[in-house]
Amino acid sequence: MAHLPFFPEQASSHAKDVDAVFLAGMGILAFFTALILILIVTFLVRYRRGTTAERDNAPNTSLRIELLWIGIPLIISIGMFAWSAVVYYRLYSPPADAYLVDVVAKQWMFYLQHPEGKREINELHVPLGRPLRLRMISQDVIHSFYVPAFRAKQDVLPGRYTSLWFQPTRVGQYHLFCAEYCGTNHAVMRGTVEVMEPADYERWLGSGSSEGSLARQGEQLFQKHHCGGCHGPSQNVPAPPLQGVYGGRVPVTREGDPSTNFITADDRYIHDSVRLPKKEIVAGFEPMMPTYDQTELSEADLLKLIAYIKSIGAEETSK
Amino acid sequence: MSVAIAPEERMARSYLTDGYNLKSWLLTTDHKRIGLLYMVSITLFFFVGGAAATILRLELMTPKGDLIETADAYNRMFTLHGVVMVWFFLIPSIPAVLGNFLVPVMIGARDMAFPKLNLLSWYIFMAGGIIVLATLIAGGVDTGWTFYVPFSSMFSNTFVVPAAAGVFIVGFSSILTGLNIIVTTHTMRCPGMTWDRLPLFVWAQYATSLIMVLATPVLAITVALLAAERIWGVGIFDPRLGGDPILFQHLFWFYSHPAVYIMILPGFGVVSEIIPCFARRPIFGYKFMAGALLAIAFLGFIVWGHHMFVSGQSMYAGFVFSIISFLVAIPSGIKVFNWTATLYKGSIRFDTPMLYALGFIGLFTIGGLTGLILASLAVDVHVHDTYFVVAHFHYIMVGGMVMAYLGGIHFWWPKLTGRMYSEWWGKLSALIVFFGFNLTFFPQFVLGYLGMPRRVYEYTEDYQILHIMSTLGASILAVGYLLPLSYLILSLWFGKHATGNPWSATGLEWQTTSPPPTHNFEETPVVTEAPYAYDPVVAEAEYRASLAEIEERPRVNHT
Repeated sequence: MAHLPFFPEQASSHAKDVDAVFLAGMGILAFFTALILILIVTFLVRYRRGTTAERDNAPNTSLRIELLWIGIPLIISIGMFAWSAVVYYRLYSPPADAYLVDVVAKQWMFYLQHPEGKREINELHVPLGRPLRLRMISQDVIHSFYVPAFRAKQDVLPGRYTSLWFQPTRVGQYHLFCAEYCGTNHAVMRGTVEVMEPADYERWLGSGSSEGSLARQGEQLFQKHHCGGCHGPSQNVPAPPLQGVYGGRVPVTREGDPSTNFITADDRYIHDSVRLPKKEIVAGFEPMMPTYDQTELSEADLLKLIAYIKSIGAEETSK
Repeated sequence: MSVAIAPEERMARSYLTDGYNLKSWLLTTDHKRIGLLYMVSITLFFFVGGAAATILRLELMTPKGDLIETADAYNRMFTLHGVVMVWFFLIPSIPAVLGNFLVPVMIGARDMAFPKLNLLSWYIFMAGGIIVLATLIAGGVDTGWTFYVPFSSMFSNTFVVPAAAGVFIVGFSSILTGLNIIVTTHTMRCPGMTWDRLPLFVWAQYATSLIMVLATPVLAITVALLAAERIWGVGIFDPRLGGDPILFQHLFWFYSHPAVYIMILPGFGVVSEIIPCFARRPIFGYKFMAGALLAIAFLGFIVWGHHMFVSGQSMYAGFVFSIISFLVAIPSGIKVFNWTATLYKGSIRFDTPMLYALGFIGLFTIGGLTGLILASLAVDVHVHDTYFVVAHFHYIMVGGMVMAYLGGIHFWWPKLTGRMYSEWWGKLSALIVFFGFNLTFFPQFVLGYLGMPRRVYEYTEDYQILHIMSTLGASILAVGYLLPLSYLILSLWFGKHATGNPWSATGLEWQTTSPPPTHNFEETPVVTEAPYAYDPVVAEAEYRASLAEIEERPRVNHT
């Protein structure tokens, strides 16, 4: 689509679909507004006081007409709902092979880390054409990650991961905004998303110093915090081993509930096991894990630990 | 009713002359005087909130923050605008002023069912209002009117608890007004005033009152929990304390979405009175109109999640809230189409109230249909928390409710005060308000789709041109609101005395004197016919007769 004035750029695969629903909605709006306007103006002119128009037998009610203007909006509404729901569903269904970038929001910036270890603030570099999934969490209040050119937005919550995915379709620089009011400098919590040719992106990724991949950095944190003292092979306290845990099913008991439930060991599970270790206890183990809050382990570090735990799971299964 | 009494004599025994001292006003249990107490109070709040809006718009003329000194001051200013306009103007506007004044008169009652409770509700309103104003003078709040956690409970350094206390308190005045209107409508109708003869204005106040009574307690609970977390650190919403911030949004919108309908249903009631009167036609589809009011009130309780499509609530919850939100289009459509059909074969006059009512239909149509665009899940993801939403709800609340309130104030001004205002200035102001409103808010739809986030002190330069248009419109709108304030006040001294029924309207309120006596009617009226018994053919015949009379006069003089 050619760039129209007063219309935002389309830079993701999702943008065209959203715009189609929007323009259809605007079409309906224009049609009904025009219809009402024409009817009203016609009646006002024709039946203004003093005209000779015929006024006898004006109807005061008509079931058929009422059903007509109940039925037509009902059909249109259901159609619009279904169409927009399909597009919404796609926005919540990232492809399995999407490239994962972590976002940590805090007053008043977005901190981003790529799996290869590259970090950036208020800027996101992404390769053209590759589906990208953001795994997001906030360190303080609710923020919202919003890229108008991608028609993509998701609130970033404290204490819980949310996710957003998109597939950039146009090289260029686009606005990145925080869309949820978050305090004093909310207005300047903004930045740029830069969509690059894949080759340029590889060059960018390789430039500058890097402390190794996220998993590698997570391993260092694992050692620094002596996690291996309990979870490692030479454990002196019985704690669940972490090899191969990620993505599998774990039997847990919950506080005040004697039954054992199987849950998936996903990002949320690992996050909560560190922040709120009493919440879900692996069956057969004592609740001994200490709580690590943000002063001891930031959300960004926790994401690195998750990357590490995920990587040792992969090693196990590939062996 | 006798029309032959002289204006002075009528004034002499009206509710306005039943006591002149301050006590006779501050301790009155007359629903009409309480309505006027509310009118003066909410007018004050409207201009406080309006002044804040004007300053915000002037600030937004330029991308950089310059007019307002700091970002914090800007954030407090938009919070002030929202809190004052929502709870201290829009919610009490039509129900507490016109509803209070008119519901008993329209159903042929001498007063509300609980006159003392009615006065208490005004005192509670003022107590809440004074707390909020004191909070603002002391330094203000910067959370936005939505008080989202954990920002409001754990992070904001401003006076959140006092502001929340003001909102908590004012809620009880809504509940009492709602309760009074419900009981009054059920128990105080005069002989012959059956449910299917009830004016749609009363139906609208009734539907609104149901929402006030059922939804407002949830707001009280929500702000109380917020205060508990902020003061004592009880972990309800903040995840660090084991709470859930999304829970707050569910509770808040469980009240605040129905509250949106508190802010529009009464407007439907006003417009449904004005249009038949100035089209000289019975309202088209009366039963559907009354049913649509109740349907909107009901549906309003089960759509709150449409404020949360990107909040992290389940995708499936999103589907459910989206489809129900679309269904609101059906009763809303019934209203708009029936008003339009009421004009068909009418004998239409263009007095000031009619201009406001016609403007209302147009602006409400745009506001309502953009609501459908927002209910479309995928589109909402893009425009949520942008100026598109800001434009949408201002079309409903300002284009809809404020237009209806002004239309109603003009329509019933002769009844309220016994005076006529200047028709010329009235029409001019209605046109200025309509034009200024559209210039202010239409560009904001465009800004929103371009991605401009709301609640920002500074913005990127690409959005400036649309902001300039919007600020220009806001300046015109400000003039449009100051004009009625001036000529309506002047009319109290210089306006012509009004007859009992200056618009030749049906409805019991027009069968008593203007202004009515303290107990509304000399003797209890009896209703014998359906509402809106207008006849366009008769109206035309009368009009022609009056023209002929005017033509005849000079001829008589010449001979």
